[in-house]
Amino acid sequence: MSDDAATTEAPPAAGGGPEPGAEGAPRRTVAARLTGALGSGLAQLLLVLIALFWLVPTLGLFVSSLRTPADNASSGWWTALLEPAQLTLENYARLLDNAVFTGSFLNTILITVPSTLLIVVIAALAAYAFAWLEFPGRDWLFLGVVALLVVPLQVALVPIAQLYGGLGIYGSIAGVVLFHVGFGLPFAIFLLRNFFAAIPRDLLEAARMDGGKEFTIFRRVILPLGGPAIASLTIFQFLWVWNDLLVALVFADAANQPMTKALQAEMRQFGANIDIISSGAFISMLVPLVVFFAFQRYFVQGVMAGAVK
Amino acid sequence: MWPTAQPRARTAAAPRRGARHGVRGTGSPMPSGEDGWWLIVADVRLDGVYKIYPDGTSAVNDLNLEIADGEFLVLVGPSGCGKTTALRMIAGLEEISKGTVAIGDRTVNRVPARDRDVAMVFQSYALYPHLTVEDNIGFGLQLRKMPKAQIAERVAKAAATLGLTDHLKRKPRNLSGGQRQRVAMGRAIVREPQAFLMDEPLSNLDAKLRVQMRAEISRLQRDLGVTTVYVTHDQVEAMTLGDRVAVMKKGVLQQVAPPQELYERPGNLFVAGFIGSPAMNLVQGRLEADGDGALLSLGDQRLAVPAALLAERPGLRGMLGRDVAVGVRPEDMDDADLPGEAPEGTVLESETELVEALGSELLVHFAIGAPPVVTEDTRELARDAGADEIGAAGGRSPMIAKFSPRSQTGEGRPVRVRVDTARLYFFDPETGAGIWGEPGAEQRREGSHG
Repeated sequence: MSDDAATTEAPPAAGGGPEPGAEGAPRRTVAARLTGALGSGLAQLLLVLIALFWLVPTLGLFVSSLRTPADNASSGWWTALLEPAQLTLENYARLLDNAVFTGSFLNTILITVPSTLLIVVIAALAAYAFAWLEFPGRDWLFLGVVALLVVPLQVALVPIAQLYGGLGIYGSIAGVVLFHVGFGLPFAIFLLRNFFAAIPRDLLEAARMDGGKEFTIFRRVILPLGGPAIASLTIFQFLWVWNDLLVALVFADAANQPMTKALQAEMRQFGANIDIISSGAFISMLVPLVVFFAFQRYFVQGVMAGAVK
Repeated sequence: MWPTAQPRARTAAAPRRGARHGVRGTGSPMPSGEDGWWLIVADVRLDGVYKIYPDGTSAVNDLNLEIADGEFLVLVGPSGCGKTTALRMIAGLEEISKGTVAIGDRTVNRVPARDRDVAMVFQSYALYPHLTVEDNIGFGLQLRKMPKAQIAERVAKAAATLGLTDHLKRKPRNLSGGQRQRVAMGRAIVREPQAFLMDEPLSNLDAKLRVQMRAEISRLQRDLGVTTVYVTHDQVEAMTLGDRVAVMKKGVLQQVAPPQELYERPGNLFVAGFIGSPAMNLVQGRLEADGDGALLSLGDQRLAVPAALLAERPGLRGMLGRDVAVGVRPEDMDDADLPGEAPEGTVLESETELVEALGSELLVHFAIGAPPVVTEDTRELARDAGADEIGAAGGRSPMIAKFSPRSQTGEGRPVRVRVDTARLYFFDPETGAGIWGEPGAEQRREGSHG
């Protein structure tokens, strides 16, 4: 079939087109292909270089975490690349024996998991209401939520610390979680609402005709379809809370401090406990990395879908 | 607005299917159709229904309709005529501003959509993209907490009816348009609802598939015998599917009647121009008495109106000596130069402007020296057809006739058009009402045809 088409089409093209056109076409494509290949090759090379460059601090941290404090104090981490004999797991062994560190690791989990779950659950419900339920003042309320996006959390630190003091939750994990939830919700609601609102109305109406009550529609239609957005929100929120230092510094006391605060405490004015910081920081990076790679497909999809749709 | 569209007049429900499934919304199941579906059928009644939006615009005005058990009623009209809004009010997806909607013996104004026991087929099909065909069809049953085995059985039966058995495990995105449409139908029939509501279910299919699915919907509805309200803007669908067809314009019901009656006795200019393809030619003329019959002047040409026609439509007597709006269907005209009789007073002379050969017939465009009918109805029709402002050609009216393919007429040549004068339509130029019975009386009852 295709051969036939080629032979029948070739003669008119050759006869009809003047010579320069016939010659020009392949030359252009070669040139175009060359620039294209060069362009994409250069771009790729550049991207790889940037990626490697970007990874240098992480690599340095990792290598440092495998060297003794004495080695770290006497020479740069890159020397270990030439003398792998320096490398040791000693720091990690000591870190895992350190009750302050293991306690703070647990605290990080106790803060991050509820903060993430609460935000996702509340935001999904609120986003459904903002997107699909009719109630008076809905649009004004949503406008209020959007307005909250621009409030920097720093301005709330002092008043909320005072408030917590009055409530008796200052320094507790609950206080930290509450703060994260409060300041995470506007963005979470905004993201999910826009995603949910892009789900065709017909689908919800079909579910309504099929006998679905609001919550059933939410659970059986909206949640499955909103999967990518919810996954990306979960990652966003998880990373944000996991890596937070500021909120922890203000609201968590020593018994309830997360890893970030514990590691920060190892910094000294004229030095640092590099063995604890490097290994601890690397462990604290590991968990978000795993989460990210596990969900990265959704992450990319979700960001796109939430933004464009 | 139009005396012809007297909406208060209730239409007699078509008895055809109602008799077969004579359960008037009593809720008692009865077997119907060869497939042995057990269905509770119900009539649907709309009583003085209005839809007025908060900004004051009204989508539906005083709509009165009675749809009998098992009847197939088609709501048709140009876009924005309120037909979909009316359907959505029956479904419970749109609030009713005024009036009542009843399904069976229950007024459903305050009943949420999920409890109305009606199923809807959406224009977009609205299939759940994350569910398989099987789960899409069974979704409504799952929500009703039906035992799994029973769901599987019903889904299998619906799938078999619709030829979807091989596709049950697939997701909607892997189906063709026609298959998706079937899944949407399956989702409706598996519920065995009291009524089907269909919102332009075929408009997303290509022309060939549309014809095929149209026949299938017709067969399915006949087999199941479920009361069906079907919304479309396609008059061919309306004519072929409906037991009765309700024509709407700007939220106002114009006429409800069986398809043939709608075609034969349109209640007003709008219905006349909307039903039929190509559309009825509408020109201004003048009726003068001429013995037992009458003479119809169309510009400088004359047609003889037979005495029998005047006897059949007494209302015409009242129009003698007055201007009338005259309707001629393209299919009631032919080439007068072909063999056959062309007695005096049945021929219009003009010049052929364009010939569209369709094989089985020729569509011949020409113009006559009589002004076109310009009323609110014809303007609305022109807008629906996407045509230019009517009357742009001055005192001449463009006409289309369906000629036999044997006609030798060609562009730019004089043409003699024979008109079947017994099939002329007359309308009051002021009100747009069709002139049929006694002067005045009939015009106020036009809505009740059927």
